[in-house]
Amino acid sequence: MTATPTRTAAARAPKLNLIGLEKTAYKGADSTLCNGCGHDSISSRIINAAWEMGLKQTDVVKFSGIGCSSKTPAYFLGMSHGFNSLHGRMPSVATGALVANRKLIGIGVSGDGDTASIGIGQFKHMVRRNVPMVYVVENNGVYGLTKGQFSATADQGQKLKYAGTNPYMPLDICLEALAANATFVARSFAGDAKQLEALLKAAIAHNGLAVLDVISPCVTFNNHDESTKSYAFGREHETPLHDLSFVPSFEQIEIDDYDDETEVQLHDGSWLVLKKLDSHYDPTDKHLAYRTLEDARQQQKLLTGLFYIEPQTPNFIDILQMTDKPLALLSEAETRPSREALARLMAEL
Amino acid sequence: MSVLLKEPQTEQVSQLIVNDFNINVATANGSGSQTSNNMLIRSLYKMGIPVTGKNLFPSNIQGLPTWYNIRLSKDGYLARRERVEVMICMNGATVAEDMESVEPGGIILYDDSLPIANHRKDVKYYPMPVKTLVKAANLPYNLQRYIANMVYVGVAAYLLEIEIDEIKDALSWNFGGKTKPIELNWSMVTAAYDWAKENLVNDQPYRVARMTGFNEGTLLVDGNTAGALGAVFNGFTFAAWYPITPSSSMAESMITYATQVRRDPETKKATYAIVQAEDELAAIGMVMGAGWAGARAMTATSGPGISLMSEFVGYGYFAEIPAVIWDIQRMGPSTGLPTRTSQGDLLSAHTLGHGDGRHPVLLPADPTECFEMAGTAFDLAERLQTPIFVLSDLDIGMNLWITKAFEYPEKPLDRGKVLSAEDLAKFKEMHNGQRWGRYLDVDGDGIPYRTLPGTDNPAAAYFTRGTGHTEYATYSERPHDWENNMLRLARKFETARKLVPGPVIDEVEGARIGIISMGSNHPAIVEARARLRDQQIETSYLRVRALPINDEVRAFVEKYDKVYVVENNRDGQLYEILLVELHQVGNKLISVAKCDGLPLSARWITEQIAK
Repeated sequence: MTATPTRTAAARAPKLNLIGLEKTAYKGADSTLCNGCGHDSISSRIINAAWEMGLKQTDVVKFSGIGCSSKTPAYFLGMSHGFNSLHGRMPSVATGALVANRKLIGIGVSGDGDTASIGIGQFKHMVRRNVPMVYVVENNGVYGLTKGQFSATADQGQKLKYAGTNPYMPLDICLEALAANATFVARSFAGDAKQLEALLKAAIAHNGLAVLDVISPCVTFNNHDESTKSYAFGREHETPLHDLSFVPSFEQIEIDDYDDETEVQLHDGSWLVLKKLDSHYDPTDKHLAYRTLEDARQQQKLLTGLFYIEPQTPNFIDILQMTDKPLALLSEAETRPSREALARLMAEL
Repeated sequence: MSVLLKEPQTEQVSQLIVNDFNINVATANGSGSQTSNNMLIRSLYKMGIPVTGKNLFPSNIQGLPTWYNIRLSKDGYLARRERVEVMICMNGATVAEDMESVEPGGIILYDDSLPIANHRKDVKYYPMPVKTLVKAANLPYNLQRYIANMVYVGVAAYLLEIEIDEIKDALSWNFGGKTKPIELNWSMVTAAYDWAKENLVNDQPYRVARMTGFNEGTLLVDGNTAGALGAVFNGFTFAAWYPITPSSSMAESMITYATQVRRDPETKKATYAIVQAEDELAAIGMVMGAGWAGARAMTATSGPGISLMSEFVGYGYFAEIPAVIWDIQRMGPSTGLPTRTSQGDLLSAHTLGHGDGRHPVLLPADPTECFEMAGTAFDLAERLQTPIFVLSDLDIGMNLWITKAFEYPEKPLDRGKVLSAEDLAKFKEMHNGQRWGRYLDVDGDGIPYRTLPGTDNPAAAYFTRGTGHTEYATYSERPHDWENNMLRLARKFETARKLVPGPVIDEVEGARIGIISMGSNHPAIVEARARLRDQQIETSYLRVRALPINDEVRAFVEKYDKVYVVENNRDGQLYEILLVELHQVGNKLISVAKCDGLPLSARWITEQIAK
């Protein structure tokens, strides 16, 4: 006979974060995606990252375009405003909203169709402007919501049940971001919770646009073993560049002089610690990032990690030289010049 | 009552024609003629003469024909007039037809190096030695072709008796007091003037003379500048745009003025952001994001941009996001004539987007109304939580108009139904125990309450979507929820009917005929009515200033036997909208529509109504 395990009251007390909230407070509505969808794991990682970082949800805004991925902002951070916009046009909406209120923390979720097909133009311009927000691409290489067509990230030779074999070369979202002068370029896998969470936290802390291309298997249309966007392929082939951990600004970091570790300090004082795996990788070397991504692309290798970071580049908000007070909150007195100013300008006509 | 201050004197001409003729200047574009033409019109304006300038320019940077038509009208008629009495020919490519276009009795000033085939007997010719004068002036080579245009300013000033000091003042204004360009241009003007005085016999009848009674309390300005000032003085905080003729100068003027007067006095930081987007899809997307987040957000574009904005405008209607969209109309469909005017976007703007929906549309008739409606549009957008269109056109937007000086806006900004964190906490108590719902109509006017992202209340958040939603902003495919929401939006449109600017009506006792028009047609309608009166045809006139129309429009149509709907497009788009709205009295409506790229003329309108 075994004794019934007893638990103390203290052990049962819910764990609270920095601002005194339980993790469940960061949930959203129930997901309506297919069981096992990679996107749901990403939502969970966002919930976890936001909770652990102690984000105040009313300071966060969620953006998305159209597609399965873009439904997900309804499923996390239920106390944050969300804007489920148009197909491929989340970047412009997010740009406008974040300029209107510079205090907001933006988290955008898009898909490979939404970003790399219909939305490639807006995506690249948002990268170019370095609008400060997190841009997650839930990349499964297939159109889910319209039932199984190829997207622009589908591999050449990829086979789909109805669409047949894809004859075209894929676009690589990380390379596209890099070419558009991105200041934060990373790739992860929905099945790699630890790495994804560290990258999400670093992306939130980054003072510019953080592009996070996350391979997120579509269990319904593109999860067969040969697909490079499947769970099986990911689990077997994911090759991390480094072992990542994020140390938030409110925690002490001890920087040791280990040969196998590199630390990158982010704008808010937090740190990303990159632990060397096979070989040393310097994520501030842009040429190395290009080469590494291109090699991985040619070898169809699922290489993950932080490819590139430049934490000091001024972001779009810095460039616009606006008042500290958000534009949206400026009063009439602050936005209507004087009677004399009008008289003067009319006299100059 | 306008008064001539000085009667011009002359011995050579039996009858003078003073302040009542057209000057047409034919040049090649990119030759700097805009400066010369502005000097002419500004001098005339400063002499108190009612004057209007229509720039007919090509969609091109350099070398194609362009005309600047200046009308002087002592009686104050400012519409485009088709006849030309004083022709200034500077372009060999069009000189033959330009000379043919002059009215009998008119005069022609021409660059004497142009190839002239035959001389008409019924007009007077004044050759101008442009090349010789330019050579004598010893100008820097790169400026010669620009400053050459000052020759016709000097010769015209002599022949027409334009006050030369006004030309100097105009030059000084144009070059912002910069001595060197002022001197270079001024010396060319005076050289030409002196040459004309020495060598020409002024035996022609056209003269200008200083007058009073019309230009006092006015400005000489284009509508894009006016609309930009209106936005800057009515609390705009965000603008996104993409360059497109004829709207670009509106955004550029906003940049100019906002830089000057919209900076925090202490930190010098901007109280606005203006973003040049990568295309019109992004421009409207940014405006949607900014408006949603609480900025007073706008864009300015023209027809092709409106087409691209379609999906987002439908989204804005359905998700209820404030936005102001200026459409400086040009000729469509397609690329059309990018540098010509029309009123061809009325229907598309009013109904833009797929599925059901109507958008309020404001219709300014002159730069002063552009200034005023810039503020009205923001107030309506935030009050109604919906995209608002302002339909100007190339004629208002880019041509110089004499227009009433702008009045400082006294009305407080209307920021609409926005709940703060505290408002939200009290919402239930204030609304009979009703919980706040983003799309819940608690006031019965179809307008719900909104919260802005960043509102420090855990209950403030909602999920904005273009998909079907309940009153509490949750996803719904239920037929009832869909219909309930759309019927509320229709109710909101009825509220808009009461809030948009009403028509301006001028009723004449005993008139049996009514005229309805909009926008830039106004000066031509005013003149056409005077001409009709000369033919014993009295008319009443209603100018629609916004869609949706209100009951005053219906009452007006009911009162008259026939109502002519005058507009600058092919299909009679305002007529079509009125026909649907006023179908019970639709048989009284007669469409008078024309679209050839030019502003309507009083002559054409008069003919249509008198026939």
